[in-house]
Amino acid sequence: MRDRIFRWESVLLLLVVAVLVYGASSTTGFSSSDNIAFLLLDNTEVALLALGLLPIVLTGEIDLSVASVLGFCSALTGQLWNAGMSFETIVPIVLVAGAVLGTVNAALIVKFGLPSLAVTIGTLGLYRGLAYVVLGDGAVTGFPENFRPLATDTVPGTFVPYATVVVIVVGALIALVVHFTPVGRALYAIGLGSETSRFSGIRVDRVKMSLYVVSGVIAALASLVYTLRYNSARADNANGLELTAVAAVLLGGVSIFGGRGTVVGVLTALLLMAGLRNVLFLNDVTNEIQNVISGLLLIISVLVPVVTNLLRKRRHAAAAPPPPSTQTPSPPDPVGAAAASGPYEEDQR
Amino acid sequence: MIRSRSIHRVALAATSTGLAVALIAGCGGTTKDSAPSAPANAPASTKAADPNAAIKEGLKISFLPKEIDNPYENIVDKGGISAISELKGEGKEVGPSDASASSQVSYINTLVQQKQDAIVVAANDPNAVAPALKDARAKGIAVVTYDSDAAPDARQIFVNQANSEDIGRSQVKLLSDQIGGQGKIAILSATPNATNQNTWIGFMRDELTKPEYKGLELVKVAYGDDDDQKSFQETQALLQSIPDLKGIISPTTVGISAAARYLSSSPSKGKVALTGLGTPNQMRQFIKDGTVKAFALWDPSQLGYLAGYAAAALASGQISGAEGETVKAGKLGERKIGKDGEIILGPPTTFTAANIDQYNF
Repeated sequence: MRDRIFRWESVLLLLVVAVLVYGASSTTGFSSSDNIAFLLLDNTEVALLALGLLPIVLTGEIDLSVASVLGFCSALTGQLWNAGMSFETIVPIVLVAGAVLGTVNAALIVKFGLPSLAVTIGTLGLYRGLAYVVLGDGAVTGFPENFRPLATDTVPGTFVPYATVVVIVVGALIALVVHFTPVGRALYAIGLGSETSRFSGIRVDRVKMSLYVVSGVIAALASLVYTLRYNSARADNANGLELTAVAAVLLGGVSIFGGRGTVVGVLTALLLMAGLRNVLFLNDVTNEIQNVISGLLLIISVLVPVVTNLLRKRRHAAAAPPPPSTQTPSPPDPVGAAAASGPYEEDQR
Repeated sequence: MIRSRSIHRVALAATSTGLAVALIAGCGGTTKDSAPSAPANAPASTKAADPNAAIKEGLKISFLPKEIDNPYENIVDKGGISAISELKGEGKEVGPSDASASSQVSYINTLVQQKQDAIVVAANDPNAVAPALKDARAKGIAVVTYDSDAAPDARQIFVNQANSEDIGRSQVKLLSDQIGGQGKIAILSATPNATNQNTWIGFMRDELTKPEYKGLELVKVAYGDDDDQKSFQETQALLQSIPDLKGIISPTTVGISAAARYLSSSPSKGKVALTGLGTPNQMRQFIKDGTVKAFALWDPSQLGYLAGYAAAALASGQISGAEGETVKAGKLGERKIGKDGEIILGPPTTFTAANIDQYNF
């Protein structure tokens, strides 16, 4: 029961409430509907990237190329638009491009069995480079005013931007698959032990592969939002955003070793990061200090579960002999970070 | 086998679905040419400007540079903040730590929420900041750009450092004065396709056709690619291939400092004049050791100062940003607003041994 109370998601939610209360009470302009709408809007792309990343991290892999896929797709959008293609045609082409880039990642990782960290660091540079090949260092603008409101405006009568609705829909779909389907359970199983799940009849390769393709498509979707929102297609769009997305995933309580994490956790972490950043901005806190704060927050989020786990083990050790290990062998995890950072009780079988 | 087949299957399925949709959608749709364009530029201000209105006290005016850690922009903004203090307002500088296109947008939103009276911004991407700036203007905030312009319909005034013609022509005069209007000269530029430099060189060539410069002969334009090493070597090559060279103009800060470094340790020191665009800090030692007599650059702090005054005048309703209005800019005097709301700071400042120690940038 204690664990229930100390679920990381609950901690995050409390922090979000604290930030909102602090912002609303101390910072003029924070609670204006304009500002809340902007706060949500300004984080749609990183939220989409993080949602695409979550299932991959659950399997113990990583995709650092997401922001570069976004950049490439944005450059492609610009080039095709410049060439006079209709925006309705560009949308599916860009989504396919995202899928293709995701497939390249998947092929290298799954087919050749290469480490995803190395592969996607490589494609991070490669796709960004290709973006410059496609568009050069110029910028394309003038995207149609009948599409742009989808990325800039709020649903009439509310402070919720259309783009946030897209995030919620994508989040709900991912949550559905991750938490309520056999495929979702397979993700956790792969994260806890790739070999074991393979022998248990899970088609590990196929699952992993589709995750990268999905991640690519979601990054392409994010690129469309980004390009329309700024009305500017550039090769350097969203440069470095992959790190913010990874940070959101980790802060959300997803174990970097795989096997633990929830969609709710990631979305709450995104809200926390967005709210905190906005409050700091409004109080004229400089960028350097903001980076220090978000860096500390991330370290604490990884540290807290490990420390609580160590303390719990010590207590157990004092009270009774250590319980026999019931878990399948998992990747190297000396301090129990994987077991500790995963507040997802149901999956600790 | 299974692996590769499933990769193919996924890729094939995705591609074919996408392309099918693309083909269907491709019949008709919104293209660049048919797209409804952005609503026409709303008038800068519905209220007519009152040239006699007093500058309001306590104006909150923020400077948003391309990036906060850029020393050049910091000097510009210091100048701007000093202008705001003179006007009894509150000036501040905020900005992103990277010069990416979109990072300024969060700051613009913040400044809008903080109900600033004016935003002075050096745009990283003229279009990416435009929607946010238009939003700010819709909320009654004055918008001025400086150093690097935004889309003209997103701001009221653009304060340009100097006009290209002034820069080009003044360089020729500067060199001619040093070598008595006689002899062969060369230009050491940046890259062959640098827009700025080529515009300036165009005006230099034009200036050289004037009768007072008939003694000067431009024999070569060399390109140092804004690379220190290459500019150094190009200077060396110029001096060797043209033994009776009298002077070099290098309208780029990289070129002039590399050329000065070569000259300072060569036998041509003091015999071949060098001028161009450089910053006082990088050129100080060459002025002191006599390698260079005079060079020029606009004073960045004056750029910010002028932008600050323009922003305060806009926020006080003294001007609206229309062509022909006058900005009263404190110690700089007055500046007329030109076409498209552009104000020009003025001719570049010339730095010599007499004044170089007053500048630190």
